Amino acid sequence: MTPALAAARRIAGRTVRYLLLLVVLVVLIGPFAWQLSTSLKGLGESIFSYPPDLWPDEPTLRNYAKAADTVPVWRYGLNSLVVAVLSAVTNCVFGAMAGYALARMNFRGRKLVFAAFLGTMIIPFEVIMVSVFLTSRSLGLVDTLLGVVLPTAVTGLSVLLCRNGFLNLPMEVEEAAMLDGAGEWQRFWRVALPSVRGTLAVVAIFSFVFAWDEFLWPLIVLSTPDNYTLTVGIQYLSGTFTADQRVIAAGTMIAVVPLLALFFALQRFFFRGVGEGAVKG
Amino acid sequence: MIGRRPATPWLFVAPALVVALVFSLGPFVNTAVLAFTNATTLGGGTFTGLENFSRLAEDERFWQALRNTGLYVVVCVPAMVTLPLLLALLVEKKIFAVGFFRALFYSPVVASMVVVGLIWSWLLSSDGLVNAALRGLHLISEPLPFLTDADLLLLSAIGVTIWKGLGYYMVVYLAALANVPREHHEAAQVDGAGAVRRFWSVTVPAIRPTMVLVGTLAAVASAKVFAEIYVLGNGSAGPGGQAASIVYYIREAGLGLGGEAGYASAMSLVLFFATLGFSLLVTRLNRREESL
Repeated sequence: MTPALAAARRIAGRTVRYLLLLVVLVVLIGPFAWQLSTSLKGLGESIFSYPPDLWPDEPTLRNYAKAADTVPVWRYGLNSLVVAVLSAVTNCVFGAMAGYALARMNFRGRKLVFAAFLGTMIIPFEVIMVSVFLTSRSLGLVDTLLGVVLPTAVTGLSVLLCRNGFLNLPMEVEEAAMLDGAGEWQRFWRVALPSVRGTLAVVAIFSFVFAWDEFLWPLIVLSTPDNYTLTVGIQYLSGTFTADQRVIAAGTMIAVVPLLALFFALQRFFFRGVGEGAVKG
Repeated sequence: MIGRRPATPWLFVAPALVVALVFSLGPFVNTAVLAFTNATTLGGGTFTGLENFSRLAEDERFWQALRNTGLYVVVCVPAMVTLPLLLALLVEKKIFAVGFFRALFYSPVVASMVVVGLIWSWLLSSDGLVNAALRGLHLISEPLPFLTDADLLLLSAIGVTIWKGLGYYMVVYLAALANVPREHHEAAQVDGAGAVRRFWSVTVPAIRPTMVLVGTLAAVASAKVFAEIYVLGNGSAGPGGQAASIVYYIREAGLGLGGEAGYASAMSLVLFFATLGFSLLVTRLNRREESL
């Protein structure tokens, strides 16, 4: 093959690759773009025309105001934020504590405790949701945000990821702290925990996103509309109140934009998390 | 290993262990017990032996949910094993702007299924973009009832599940592809193997365990499908609930006022053993791989 031919083939290959990338991009991002466009179109502009007009003639926030008038969408956003932040914190703190004990402490029953956490990972939530509801009701957690958080406040996966993070840490640092006379808790909190920041970031982000996106459990456990999280709330908006696609589109944008922003800011942790979670989960 | 005071380790594991016991292992035991009773969500219930299961065997709605869920698994698994792999091959090379494409392809994964479901409800509605496009291409004269016909609703939900999952499994495959030794590709290239040939003889054997893993994850996830059907069906599972999945039927039968917790628990056990079966299958397949 002459060098010129090889170069031509390479350029052709690149071109085909970029064309395919663009096609996939349209398929995977196009629906989001169409939803965003719909949410910004005023009543005077048709959203049913074909070929579709992606660019709103006169972008307006009217639909967002309308969504907020119909259901307390900012309240839902706040509820989702509380649930997601709380879930991220509890998964990190309690997951790290348990992971540290499993990785660094020798005690009777350690294997059994470890097996218990692994056991929770093979029980799908959908299988036990009726019983979890009955338990939550007897604990007075129904229709509360705490009730939304608690069942996934510390998942087996969080414990496992933290345990692996600590196992990968060299013992020397903690041994030095031990010689300095630091207690168990101090060794954990001051020395070990800061060293597994990367793992904690993955646990925090995944717990946050999971809690923000979760639908089935909040749908079951919440009954008063004011307590809804965003996922339940926008389904309520579209299912009960309005057939106006512009307003529904505005509601979905409110639910998804904060999360997409978080994702683009912290991409590398997401990709790392998928690698670790999929292999071990 | 550290730890002298015997109580200390237990204090460390206590919060996580309490959550695991109260909200996972305990309810699991409870589910296994309730499955053999006629308990309702109001409480009570007496032991009824296998009655729930014999009732399930004759429950036409349960069989329909089982068939729907089975179809879900059968379509989603091959789609999830192959399509994200092709996508991963497309974004594997470190070419200009590839990181940008990878991140955008992952966006549907980050979004909630409710958001994704509502977006597609709009696209697939009778006056939505998909019907408008099909009409514009003169492929149909009347809009297709994607969301109001039970069979089409189920197929639409399957499509949405695949659309949303592509990016996730793409990332799983990217990690596997990065671990394929370069030397194997180079050796095959020296032997004159083209790109397609190298894909079949080098890449596929090297990532086969990952393909099995992806297939299992997809099977377990499809067996648990709920939100797609619920949102696309606008809070129902199509006319007469004919597009219901197992989880949809468990929720309908077991929760709410007078929900039959015992009967729903029996269904839950069936679902559990199905997902467990998928998980055991993967360990067996991968073990056989190692012994070859």
